Amino acid sequence: MAAVGESRITYDARGLAEPDEVVPGISEIDGERAVFDAADLTTRGINLELRSLLYEQGVTDVTVRNPKARHSLGVGILTRCRITFEGSLGYFGCGLIDGPEIHIKGRVGWSACENMMSGVVVIESNAGSLTGAALRGGDLVVKGQVGARSGIDQKGGTIIVLGSAGSMTGFMMQRGRQILCGDVGHGLGDSMYDGTIYVGGKVRSLGIDCVPGEWTEADTEFVERKFRIYGLGDPPELQKFVCGKKLYNYDKLEPAERKLVL
Amino acid sequence: MCGIAGIIYRNGDEPHPIGRDMTLMLQSMKHRGPDSTGYALYGPPGDSVIMRCTFADANDPRDFDFHDRLGRHQREVQSRLRALGATISNVEEETDYACRITLEYDGDLKDLTDRVEDVAGCEVLSLGHSLEIIKDLGDAEEVSAQYDLGGFTGTHAIGHVRMATESDVDISGAHPYWAYPFADVAVVHNGQLTNYFQWKRRLERSVHRFQSECDSEIIAVYLAEKMSEGASLEDSMRASLEELDGVFTYIAVTGDALGVAKDEMAAKPLVLYEGEDLVALASEEIAIRAVVDREIETWDPYEGQVLVWQR
Repeated sequence: MAAVGESRITYDARGLAEPDEVVPGISEIDGERAVFDAADLTTRGINLELRSLLYEQGVTDVTVRNPKARHSLGVGILTRCRITFEGSLGYFGCGLIDGPEIHIKGRVGWSACENMMSGVVVIESNAGSLTGAALRGGDLVVKGQVGARSGIDQKGGTIIVLGSAGSMTGFMMQRGRQILCGDVGHGLGDSMYDGTIYVGGKVRSLGIDCVPGEWTEADTEFVERKFRIYGLGDPPELQKFVCGKKLYNYDKLEPAERKLVL
Repeated sequence: MCGIAGIIYRNGDEPHPIGRDMTLMLQSMKHRGPDSTGYALYGPPGDSVIMRCTFADANDPRDFDFHDRLGRHQREVQSRLRALGATISNVEEETDYACRITLEYDGDLKDLTDRVEDVAGCEVLSLGHSLEIIKDLGDAEEVSAQYDLGGFTGTHAIGHVRMATESDVDISGAHPYWAYPFADVAVVHNGQLTNYFQWKRRLERSVHRFQSECDSEIIAVYLAEKMSEGASLEDSMRASLEELDGVFTYIAVTGDALGVAKDEMAAKPLVLYEGEDLVALASEEIAIRAVVDREIETWDPYEGQVLVWQR
């Protein structure tokens, strides 16, 4: 355990954290695989080490030990690779990624995988709120429960949650799919534009303009395929929810304009 | 933004290093609030009453008779305490403007507080048989060093790092808040309350006093009011979800329990770890990992949840 005051974060005049950090270079590299222990590294040190391995040293499979729930780890990785975090991540973990297959053997905090473009992230435990916010592509699998507002502003990709989900899940969702196996909180799919939400448990309440959808063969095929890929066993009985398209009123006139026309 | 933290050990009265624990937790969340830091620590319960009070702010200008004046005010407080029939057994001056007074007293705490706070510049931070509230400007390490909290042992604690948004950066605007005039009740809060003035007027009419302009103080006084009507901590907290408006996650503590409540929107974060020997909760998991240094199972409580643990 660190004594009080042992590791201080330094800031430069612009407020940039750890401005003088250099690549720690502590990994044990074995061909295309590498392992390093992040226990004594700063957040910036961990990210610099990851980037150096993946972009400069030709490594495609990295294992990070002891991430210790720090924020903003594994962000902005834009290459095909495999990353394993042997522990929990803090906020904004694995955001803005395009391509990696990431396995997190712990929990993640708020805003994990925000704006992910493609790739796969598998989280073994629970996730905080805003998981997969503005997700654009790829698959995000959470084996525990998620907090509120998962997949807010989702624009593509798939979010699979084996546990329960909080309120306002799929808020303003625009495209993509969510498979939520447990119970869901208030305001599911509130103000969604498009996309599909599958729910296995109880829904506390539906949000505005979110309605039950008609189940088709394509839905069965999709859910079974995703469960097979990630080895999640048999999918539970699911209900389907889609956008009611009652809020689609872009072609309508503003009240003041309507008076003029009529 | 603000960061809140709480820790409660689950094995009765046995003392634990809660001063050190809370400093580690709060220091790891310094980025959430660098303005001021506060602690509510529960030491071993005893028969004496412990009063923590301040006579000035850390950043008050030091005019030429500053120390003389504070000395006069402190002597006045002591003479008023004696006049109310209290026996002062110990006075510790930790800074030149804050002190900790141990006294033997079995009268009405509201009378005592009102009489003491009538002295110019004096503010009672906490009063109780085990509760001690310590708050000041600066980060957790500075406050801990200033008030020598590293060796403080007890059963449970809450803490707060503050990024001031609704009121001034000073000691009275810092958390935790003591639930005047109830012994051993304190609150820390992350969020904003939008019906603050309604509740402030309502509670002032039922003779509660407010030390600060900070919206969070409402929660402490609100819970105190409910508990004085006979409600339990948990029931009072449940009622607060209906009656307080805004976004909030707050932690409330009494002499033997620690509870957390989250509003209907779940807009403010909280991460929870329930171990066999202790329960730790904080705005960020990184704070819990500062005291439980191994991989642990944690989760976020949902919207509208109230959870209470007994020590």
